[in-house]
Formats: sequence, C-alpha cells, structure tokens
Amino acid sequence: MSAPAMGTSKTAHTDSSNKKKKGPGTLATAYLVIYNVVMTAGWLVIAVGLVRAYLARGSYHGLYYSIEKPLKFFQTGALLEILHCAVGIVPSSVVLTGFQVMSRVFLTWAVTHSVREVQSEDSVLLFVVAWTVTEIIRYSFYTFSLLNHLPYLIKWARYTFFIVLYPMGVAGELLTIYAALPYVQKTGLYSITLPNKYNFSFDYHSFLILVMVSYIPLFPQLYFHMMRQRKKVLGYVEEYSKVE
Amino acid sequence: MTGSSAGLISLLIGCAASSVLPDWTPCLSLTSLGKAIQTATMKHYEVEILDAKTKDKLCFLDKVEPNATIGEIKSMFHKSHPQWYPARQSIRLDPKGKSLKDEDVLQHLPVGTTATFYFRDLGAQISWVTVFLTEYAGPLLIYLMFYFRVPFIYAPKYDFTSSKHWVVHLACMCHSFHYVKRLLETLFVHRFSHGTMPLRNIFKNCTYYWGFAAWMAYYINHPLYTPPIYGEQQIRLALIVFLFCQIGNFSIHIALRNLRPPGSKTRKIPYPTKNPFTWIFLLVSCPNYTYELGSWLGFTLMTQCLPVAFFTLVGFIQMTVWAKGKHRSYLKEFRDYPALRSPILPFIL
Repeated sequence: MSAPAMGTSKTAHTDSSNKKKKGPGTLATAYLVIYNVVMTAGWLVIAVGLVRAYLARGSYHGLYYSIEKPLKFFQTGALLEILHCAVGIVPSSVVLTGFQVMSRVFLTWAVTHSVREVQSEDSVLLFVVAWTVTEIIRYSFYTFSLLNHLPYLIKWARYTFFIVLYPMGVAGELLTIYAALPYVQKTGLYSITLPNKYNFSFDYHSFLILVMVSYIPLFPQLYFHMMRQRKKVLGYVEEYSKVE
Repeated sequence: MTGSSAGLISLLIGCAASSVLPDWTPCLSLTSLGKAIQTATMKHYEVEILDAKTKDKLCFLDKVEPNATIGEIKSMFHKSHPQWYPARQSIRLDPKGKSLKDEDVLQHLPVGTTATFYFRDLGAQISWVTVFLTEYAGPLLIYLMFYFRVPFIYAPKYDFTSSKHWVVHLACMCHSFHYVKRLLETLFVHRFSHGTMPLRNIFKNCTYYWGFAAWMAYYINHPLYTPPIYGEQQIRLALIVFLFCQIGNFSIHIALRNLRPPGSKTRKIPYPTKNPFTWIFLLVSCPNYTYELGSWLGFTLMTQCLPVAFFTLVGFIQMTVWAKGKHRSYLKEFRDYPALRSPILPFIL
C-alpha cells in the first residue's frame, strides 16, 4: 500500500464515507477551493484586460503594460502551490511543482520585469496569452475537481489545449529571453565579477543562455508527459459514462 | 511409518550391515550415510521465479534444498538467464515488496514447498569500490589542474604560474590530502554492506563531485583570488578545525571498521573507544558526517570562497538525510539504542 509521503491527519473533520479518501480534510478543501477560485478570477481579469487593451489600441503591441500588475500578482501568488504540496494538501511532488512555478516566476520577474527593453516585444504577448488561457482552464479544473463536479468540457480542455498552448508559451519565453540577452550583456545586470571578497562570480548573460539550452531536454519530457496523461485521462471515454 | 523413523531404521540396518559385512561398505562412513538418508527423506522445495511486472514465468527450479539461501537461488537463476548476474537480481516474496537478502534461507521464509518469488532487474550494477575510487580521484586531479593553472582555464598569461598567496598552496594541500585520505580509506578501511549500486549512480555521483571540485578550484586558484579578510588568524583557526575534523573522521571510520569482522555484514551499535575522537558517539549516531561537515566548514573559512560554502551546504543537506536514515534504522534494529544520540548534530539534528 503506497500512502502519500505527507498525508494529513484531519480525519476528524472528513465525512464518514467508507472510501479511504487520501485527499485533504474539509478545511483544507475549503481553502483550496477559495484559492483556485481566486486564481481563476485573477487570470480572467488578465484575459479581459488583454482583450480590452487590444480593442482600445487596435494593435497587439505593448499590451503587456495593461496587465503588468495583475500578471505579477497572480503569477507570484502561484508560489503558494509549492507550499500546498509541501504541507500535503495537494498530492503533487514538491520538486516538480516548485520547478514549474519557479520557472514562471523567473520569467516574470528576472527577465520581463528586470529588462525593461523586452516589455514591448511581441514574444511577451505570446507567452502571456498562452499562460492566461492555460491557467484559466487549469484553475477551474482544480476548482471543479475539488467540488466533485468536473464538467467533461473542462477536463477535455485541460488535456487538449496544452497541445498548442505549451509550444506557444515556450516559443514566447525563449524569444523573450533571447531578446533580453544584449541588454543584459551591455549593462552587466545581476552579474558579479572578480575580484571580490567572496571569491565568487556570476555572469547572468551566460546563465540565461544556459536556461535557454535547458529547454531542449526539459520541454519534450514535460510535453510527452502531458500527452501520456491525456491518453490516460481521456482515452477511456467510451467505457466510463459521463460521471459528472 | 514416518520419514524420520524410516531413516533411523535404515541407519541401524546400515550400521549392523557394516559391522557384519565389513567389506560391503568400504567407502561409506556413518556420517555420510546418515547425510544421504537425511537428503533422501528431506522435503525438497520447488522454486518458481516470476517477473514482478509481467508475472511471466521466468524460471523453474526443482529439487531445491530447504537450507538453500537466496544467494544460491540467485546463482541458479543466473545460469538460466546469464544476462542477469546475481548482483542485479532483486528477489522478493511480493511483486511490490522489499528485496530478500542473500543470506535468507528458503525454509525460514513464509513459503510453501512450491515457493513463488518475484524478480526485478535492478539494472546494470557497478561495485561500490569502483564508484568511490572514480568519484574521489576526479576532484583530486581536477583541483590540481586548476592549481597548476593548466592552459585554457585562465588567461594565457597566467598559464603554469603560481599563486602569490600562501593560503592557496595550503588549500591545495588540504584538498588533496582530503581526497587521498578518502581513496586510501576506500581501499583499506571501509567494509561495505552492499557490493554494488546501479550503474547510473556513477554518472550522477561523478558529476556532483567533479563539478563542484572544478567550480571551487576555479575560484581558489584564480589569479584574482582574494585571501581571507582576517588573514593569518583566520587561516590558522581554519586549518586547526580542518585537521581536527580530518583526524576525527578517520577515527570514526576505523572504529566502524572494527565493529565488523572481515567479510561479514554484521551490524552493531558503535560505542566510544579509547580514542577521544570517538567520544562523540555519546551524542551522535553518525559522527563521520559531523566531522566531514566540520572539515568543510574549516575549508570554507580557510579559503573564504562562496562556492566552497555552497558545496559545504549541499553536502550537509545530503549527509543529514543519510544520518537521519541511519539513525532511524539503528533505532528500529536495536531496542537498547542510546537515547541521548542525535543523527548528526548533538542535540540539534
């Protein structure tokens, strides 16, 4: 019997169902529902903001500025998800979740925010749109799952939209980092040179190149993992009737 | 008539016969006759080995002796499947269960006379000694390459030059001493419980050790290296800490070696010996890790180099994980395990 590494002992609060529910207790579920609803709403705000700004300006350029603040707020808020895994109320790997959230936060703050010159690039819009659509679907998926009323449409969307959105987001991210490179090199942003009393050096420009290169082994693995999940989750539609 | 009484009667008849007809049983002694009868009347086991994942029948062994060990069964399995040498076999009672030990005896296992075992391939294996030697030889040589400022590392005008700071020379001696000590301990001191580990570990481990060694060595031996702020005082203190912990670490390794007779895999509670460096056993389960941390803290202080601090931190985290695991297994295995001991840091961790 493989129990999750960090189970919760809120058994006093769970309902008296005979099924062994390894999930969070009632209090944790309520909190998670609120969290996921808030996140869904937040990304909807970003989506609406993008649409309104586009309609107002009549062009795709510079839409980043219209949603900069909610983007930073809600993307950074996702750090809580690492905590959720660590505490055990969400049965995901801390390392995997940490990695995914940190890469988003890195792009938001350490690249887009820090290198002002890339904020007007179209590549930023590319990943912002990809993230927005993905997150709206993802957070509503979690909300409905927690309430045990998951519409098939949301499940389908979650495991289908990524096919396009994932490469789209990766393209946007890579192009943005690439655009940032010359400015980072010129200004020596976040870089430390020798000599110094800690005998340490860091070249942010080289680091960014390394990050770009790391997409090569990582992206296919994550993409095909989602593909496999898709087959598993959606593959047996004929056998199960629509439960919800 | 039961098997044992039949055996006894046969034995008596045999004794009587050999006394009356001395020429009849010239080669059989009483004991070998007894053994032959014992074997004839012993219940042989049948062993079938299934794949743990697919449940396919991989091997069927009949006439297996009840006192056969898992190790012997592994050898027999290896004969029918030469690609799976015993070190890479995991034999279990349950497909998802724990691996049985080589020393486990067939008749003492909860199996019927037809025993079913599940097999899992552990993958290509490599001996611990090989891994240790490779992962320790790397840092030794790599650091020296940086120390001697081999070409293509620093700017060409620095090739084969020597640092003007004496602490850099001291650091090289300490670092080299540390890894030479580790290599010698691997060859002459340590007694390993397991013979092998998965082959992929050597790539993982070598990347860690070699990578960090290169990273540290680059800065310490850099032409623009900045010596410690508090100069000679800091370096002297650091050296004392380093040497103290090296001796301590070595003392613990010797003490642990002496707990275990050569070639055995016994496990005993370690206790302080006459050597004062082992008195830390009173407070800590894995003082070898404690001393190792101390050595690297000393080296960090000596070089005042942030990458060294990172290496120390990462090593500390890993050793804490190992120490906690070892501490837990000590507690599980020995009822009378001293309560005062912490895994790695006295009273703290």
